[in-house]
Amino acid sequence: MIMPLLRRLGQTVFVLFGISALVFAVFFATPGADPTARIAGRNAAPQTMEKVRKEYGFDRPLPVQYAIMMKKLFITRDLASYANRGELVVPEIMRAAPVTLSLVSGAAVIWVVLSIGMGVVAAACKGSWIDRTLMMAGLVGISIPVFWLGQVVNLITQNRYHDTWLFSWVPGLGYVPFTQSPCGWFLALVIPWCVLAVMFVGIYSRILRADLVAIMGEDFIRTARAKGLSPARILLRHGLRTALITFISLFGMDFAQLVGGGALLTEVVFGLPGVGRLTYQALNSLDLPLIMATVMYSAVFVVLANALVDAAYLLLDPRVRDAH
Amino acid sequence: MPTNTLSPPLLDVHDLCVSFTSRGQVVPIVENLSFSIGEQEILGLVGESGSGKSVTAMALMGLIDAPGVHVSGSARFKGQDLLGLSGKQMRALRGREIAMIFQDPMTAFTPVYTIGWQIDEQLRAHHNLSRKQARTRTVELLGEMGVPDPANTANRYPHQLSGGLRQRAMIAMALSCNPSLLIADEPTTALDVTVQAQILDLMRRLRTTYGSSVLLITHDMGVVAETCDSTLVLYSGRAAETGATQDLFAHPQHPYTAALLASIPPMNGPRPDRLPAIPGTPPQPLERPAGCAFAPRCTYTHASCLPAPPPTFCTVGPAHKVACVLPGEGNPLPKRAYTSATPVL
Amino acid sequence: MQFPSPTVQAAPPRSSSGATQPLLAVRDVYKTYSLKHGQTLRAVDGVSFTVMPGEVLGLVGESGCGKSTLGRCLLRLNDVSAGQIIFDGQDITRLPERILRPLRQQMQMVFQDSYASLNPRRRIGDLLAEPLRVHRTPDGRKHTPMAIAHRLEELMELVSLPRAALERYPHEFSGGQRQRVNIARALVLSPRLVVADEPVSALDVSVQAQIVNLFADLQKSLGLTYVFIAHDLAVVRQISTRVAVMYLGVIVELGETDTVLHNPAHPYTIALTQAVPRPVVGAPRHAPLRGEIPSPVNKPSGCRFHTRCPAVQTRCQNEAPTLTQIAPNHAVACHYPVLKSTHA
Repeated sequence: MIMPLLRRLGQTVFVLFGISALVFAVFFATPGADPTARIAGRNAAPQTMEKVRKEYGFDRPLPVQYAIMMKKLFITRDLASYANRGELVVPEIMRAAPVTLSLVSGAAVIWVVLSIGMGVVAAACKGSWIDRTLMMAGLVGISIPVFWLGQVVNLITQNRYHDTWLFSWVPGLGYVPFTQSPCGWFLALVIPWCVLAVMFVGIYSRILRADLVAIMGEDFIRTARAKGLSPARILLRHGLRTALITFISLFGMDFAQLVGGGALLTEVVFGLPGVGRLTYQALNSLDLPLIMATVMYSAVFVVLANALVDAAYLLLDPRVRDAH
Repeated sequence: MPTNTLSPPLLDVHDLCVSFTSRGQVVPIVENLSFSIGEQEILGLVGESGSGKSVTAMALMGLIDAPGVHVSGSARFKGQDLLGLSGKQMRALRGREIAMIFQDPMTAFTPVYTIGWQIDEQLRAHHNLSRKQARTRTVELLGEMGVPDPANTANRYPHQLSGGLRQRAMIAMALSCNPSLLIADEPTTALDVTVQAQILDLMRRLRTTYGSSVLLITHDMGVVAETCDSTLVLYSGRAAETGATQDLFAHPQHPYTAALLASIPPMNGPRPDRLPAIPGTPPQPLERPAGCAFAPRCTYTHASCLPAPPPTFCTVGPAHKVACVLPGEGNPLPKRAYTSATPVL
Repeated sequence: MQFPSPTVQAAPPRSSSGATQPLLAVRDVYKTYSLKHGQTLRAVDGVSFTVMPGEVLGLVGESGCGKSTLGRCLLRLNDVSAGQIIFDGQDITRLPERILRPLRQQMQMVFQDSYASLNPRRRIGDLLAEPLRVHRTPDGRKHTPMAIAHRLEELMELVSLPRAALERYPHEFSGGQRQRVNIARALVLSPRLVVADEPVSALDVSVQAQIVNLFADLQKSLGLTYVFIAHDLAVVRQISTRVAVMYLGVIVELGETDTVLHNPAHPYTIALTQAVPRPVVGAPRHAPLRGEIPSPVNKPSGCRFHTRCPAVQTRCQNEAPTLTQIAPNHAVACHYPVLKSTHA
């Protein structure tokens, strides 16, 4: 038990090191990214530039700068932004994290429930118009760009039809913390949830249907039918249960990727101050400390999710359990 | 155990046809198949791949529901026609009155549940049993099938068991509701020969311990000879010959049966220089000849073999029937040279 | 690790063949695989035998006995872990691929799955011509297109396929015909040794005999040497001059086909011959063995067969028997071999 954990920890450290080194290197290799000029301001006097360079340690060799940045990020946690002077990036991410988590969790509930429902119904009615309609809807969901959908929804609910009975409940853009008002939190997020979930519902329902259809052709399904079980039981207890193994591993990765900042477009469109939007800002202002912090945050989640997916595999598939 | 001819057979299949439509063409898989199985009888259904033997089993189980597949004929089982039952009625029968075991016990179990769970499931689907009662019965069944340490084996997953144990568990599951008819589709093909012998042993004992009749589907003439009371030989979706196994092996009257038996390399006696092989390959369903399906590969083919319809059964002995024109024309095949059981070692 | 050395190094050359040097000699070959948790799988566990030119050695055994692994080792498709494989007097065990390549022309393999071993997107003619385009003639020249076309026609005739088959794709053939194509492919470069791994077990019963006959005919007309791997004793009996019976990675009995199959001395061989279902109606026989083959990862101590042996003794549990000559051309790895009067 202890060895696999240690191995996983080693892998995590290695991945984090690799990504951070890459981000760091790319940043300093990018022309026009020299942080000194940005911090000192436009047309700064050479003396000011020199002072800034000294103060921030830009005159030291890159590996040393890298080590200092890592120390500030992970150990002393006082890494400050270059763009907003004095703003510490770690607390900034900590403030943004619950927003993203709220957004992604809600969307995940919607997309898991809907896609399982759609996938199962489509597989059960394979070849019928129901199947074709559901899968077509899924394809439409995948094809709609999320920022376009978000903008259109905003246009309708915030602007054009906001004063009709249908959308008068919709609050203005932005986030309401759960601790402040659970009801406000829900109202503020319900539309972003749906918008973010649309694409995933499409992808997941189509994948699940394909998996289920393939599984329903397996020998063990024939056995289940020969046992005289009901079609519903065969589809759910034997088919869906087996299909869930792939479903959950996919879900784990997507969920982690979104929590780590992948819901950037949705956050930007709906004005939610989450990690994704923070990343967006950091990239806009070429703010290395913030970029580094958000990338590390995202990487941690992906590595963590990888471990969780593996654990879920062990739980769901006895064959994998024995191979370990 | 010879069939009791007085009481009605357990299963009486009459004119079973299975076909499917592909690109507007009707592809016949099984044509006009008739046979019956008596109480506690073991009937061997022998044929090569594409002979329609597995499709016959699936049709009897009502497991063919692909669009475009057409099943006709009748299959009277305990007074009701299996082919005319609704899905729900058939489901009540499946697993309870007619059970089935499959070739590859590895893929035939759902990989994510334990063996015991899957047997419990079948018991609980047909009987009003608590989880605990079902498990007690499951462990009992596994024990009767010769599974060592049944209580622990019940908690193991399919992939954790050896092929022989999996097949024993499969048989235990099939027998869990005391079915009158067990359909075994190539139950030993995936097993090693020493394990195959054990499983065949077990299958032979079933009819006395469980009173089940068995429809044993196989491609192996040796398995049939050692296990079945009567035999039905299929060739290219049509019945070629049927009869008591003893008679059929002693005096095969269809050239296909005779040639098939002759082409099997012998385990005793002198080794032939070359095996008397059957030339060619079995025809595809769409290329099936109008007359006798075996005619293109048969050494006795003559004019009366070729025109449609294919030869019908003619009786050549008690319960021994052959779909060939030769006996009717007064030229039956000679007896098989290799008949009496040579003492084994 | 110190491995016990078998007492039988090589069977004496058969007087009938007239040749003195074996075409293939296998000396104490091991093939081990490392598994997780530091376990090792000894798939082939110290095997020695020789095959004389023109001989057919049948390799029989049940799943997990290592016969297929051994077959692949013979042609260096797998590298062996220890031991020697000597082909035509030359030790090929550690030969670098570059030097091995010309020798590869002389040894070929035919597999069970006739479809998987043929590239589905290429015509048969193309598939068969490829080795001729890659390899050179014995005097070091390239094969001319004319010579290649001629050779392909010759091959089609050898395996009794129509010439038109060269223009077709693998999926257009039946299983038996595809196996003929596979045999033709093995023969393209006129090999001396063919290792056939279960070549007929995937075929229909009515087609098996054709392919067995084809193997026998080619062996006679081309003077080939076969190592014929199969689980079907009757097929092996039909084609082999000698038989080696394997159980859990070792050879338990080795000798002339008729001797081994009619007067088997090892309890496992006896059980195996008894378990083969015969197409003859007689009194139903009972299974000769209880239990199943143990996992090759956790092999029993002593004699590997002792857990299932009907005649097991205390000695068998601790001491592994070595393959010992009990009669001319008949070797058995058993402490208490069953001796018939013919050997006495």
